[in-house]
Amino acid sequence: MSVATPDAQLTFRRPGGLRTVKNGLATVYVTLATVLAVAPLFWVLFTVITKGIRLILSSNWWLQSQRGITPRREGGGAYHAIVGTVEMALICAAIAVPLGIMGAILLIEYAKGTKVARAVSFMVDILSGIPSIVAALFIYALFITIFGLGRSAIAVSCALVLLMLPVVLRSTEEMLKLVPQELREASYALGVPKWKTIVKVVIPTAFGGIVTGVMLGLARVMGETAPLLILVSYAVGINFSPTSDTMGALPTMINAGRDQPPQFPGYERVWAAAFTLILIVMLLNVLARLIARFTTLKEK
Amino acid sequence: MAVTDTGAAERVEPEPAAADDPALSPVVDHSSAHLHSPIPKVAHHAAAPPTDGRVDRGPRGVKLAKISKTGDRMFRALASSSGLAIVLIVLFVGIFLLALALPSLRADQDNFLTSHNWTVAGNELRFGIAGLLWTTVLSSILAMAMAVPVAVGVALCLTQYLHKRAAAPISFVVDLLAAVPSIIFGLWGLTVLGPFLAPAGEWLINTIGWIPLFSKSVDPKGSVFVASVVLAIMILPIVMAISRDVFAQTPREHIEAALALGATRWEVIRTAVLPYGRSGVISASMLGLGRALGETIAVMIILTTPAAGSSFSPSIFAGGETFASKIANNAAEFDSPSKTGAYIAAGLVLFLITFVVNAVARVIAERGGAKS
Repeated sequence: MSVATPDAQLTFRRPGGLRTVKNGLATVYVTLATVLAVAPLFWVLFTVITKGIRLILSSNWWLQSQRGITPRREGGGAYHAIVGTVEMALICAAIAVPLGIMGAILLIEYAKGTKVARAVSFMVDILSGIPSIVAALFIYALFITIFGLGRSAIAVSCALVLLMLPVVLRSTEEMLKLVPQELREASYALGVPKWKTIVKVVIPTAFGGIVTGVMLGLARVMGETAPLLILVSYAVGINFSPTSDTMGALPTMINAGRDQPPQFPGYERVWAAAFTLILIVMLLNVLARLIARFTTLKEK
Repeated sequence: MAVTDTGAAERVEPEPAAADDPALSPVVDHSSAHLHSPIPKVAHHAAAPPTDGRVDRGPRGVKLAKISKTGDRMFRALASSSGLAIVLIVLFVGIFLLALALPSLRADQDNFLTSHNWTVAGNELRFGIAGLLWTTVLSSILAMAMAVPVAVGVALCLTQYLHKRAAAPISFVVDLLAAVPSIIFGLWGLTVLGPFLAPAGEWLINTIGWIPLFSKSVDPKGSVFVASVVLAIMILPIVMAISRDVFAQTPREHIEAALALGATRWEVIRTAVLPYGRSGVISASMLGLGRALGETIAVMIILTTPAAGSSFSPSIFAGGETFASKIANNAAEFDSPSKTGAYIAAGLVLFLITFVVNAVARVIAERGGAKS
């Protein structure tokens, strides 16, 4: 509206020398940081793949155990360890998933904003911060010192429950929060009881996200080693019984053979076991993220 | 159409009990719709919280089903008992660990906090956590000091520098880093990263080795230094993910205001993004620290256990044992209650430290107000 007088005219300047330098340095810093952060994954993957690929590609690896095979001998596979890892993770999931989902339902559907919800939520926060070794010690104290039971694969699963529970519960909780209130109200308006609304409307709507959480939780517990060290002995043979005191698992297979000198065939098997474990865990992770991407609920 | 549990359909009489049943109410919770029917009866029940809508306003002749509340009660009980189970589990972790640690702590001939000894076999117990505490805290703080600057840099790069399409794959790769099992990090750290870092360690020892923290030690291969670099890599994804989410929430107005004043990109970050995300980054760092403190197997594989009776070295180039690695290393020896109790006492201290660190992280995050 007003006419600019010549002395009030805007003059655009480039930022001064020092400011440009600082800006440039900042760009260099974030670029370097990104390279530094991305490098370890590829480095680890490269190491594991190059050292383990030869054994992974043979069918024996997936079909045989290490029974009767010494570190100096070629042969054998990781079947016993894969069975153990999968079995313990599944038993863990069978306990942790219902508990986690019901806990999340309590937090969001029944006790939202109450003191009960705050107390449970606080405990879940503690649980998510518990180191795996402490979880293992707790189960050791409970099962072995107090109940007088022996070490067993079930004990490992119970320790893993403490680690998987917060993952499942928090991801389910986040998903239940995203379910539109209108859907619940529409269901109530039709006279559907609350529990049926939760089972038939809320859970199916959030299903994709819940599955993602469960898979991420599974991936986490499969790679855990500390509970295996304390609560079960490593077995080189195939064993399906969860109550026996020895069971193979991929992390303990790696741990048992990690001191082999590089010229022994046992050394290569350690890396192949590492590759197998990474393969399973990464597969679960990538699948979980794909499901999350195609799920119907989206964060706003 | 009404869904029924009992099967018998009958007109629902406006009995007060029905008012509490959300299933019978046409509207629920904070919906304001029922305010449009302010009949005296509703006003009478206004004190009863969310679901005081009445169903007797429907047109005559509509048959509403009587709904059994058994299913609801059972489901609610199931959910409540899950919640109770979670609370009990956490309480029991603390109580049981304390109960089993106390006898050994009482029998301890040394000062538990200041002793470097760890003699738990035999009748006389002499153990203390001074060495464990030092190695645990030193390696974790070192890891945090290395991880946080990198994680913040990545988070800034992803949110402020790169286009969303370019940022997504990098985000994905760093997130996947969190998925690598810790035993693989341990194996890799010992066989690949350790030898790679050896020259850097050598150089540090030669340059500033006169400081006790960097002094030369007998066995530099499995040193605290290598362990903390691996720990830094392991906590990087957590710190990065939370920082990224916080930075991404920086109000658009703050950034644009800074730009309008002629700020360079770095000045925008310094004046708008970093102040907004500061509490989030601090909280993320604490969560990462908590994770590093409790990390077991990677540290156990990398750190060289000092020979029994050797003198304690505070250097980052010495070996050592953390709480977690000490417990895991000796897991096979839990045979007598007093021996086990000593390790459980160490586990209890670890539990308390991680608890405090995590609690501080949450308090900072809540105070800061920026949500992750």
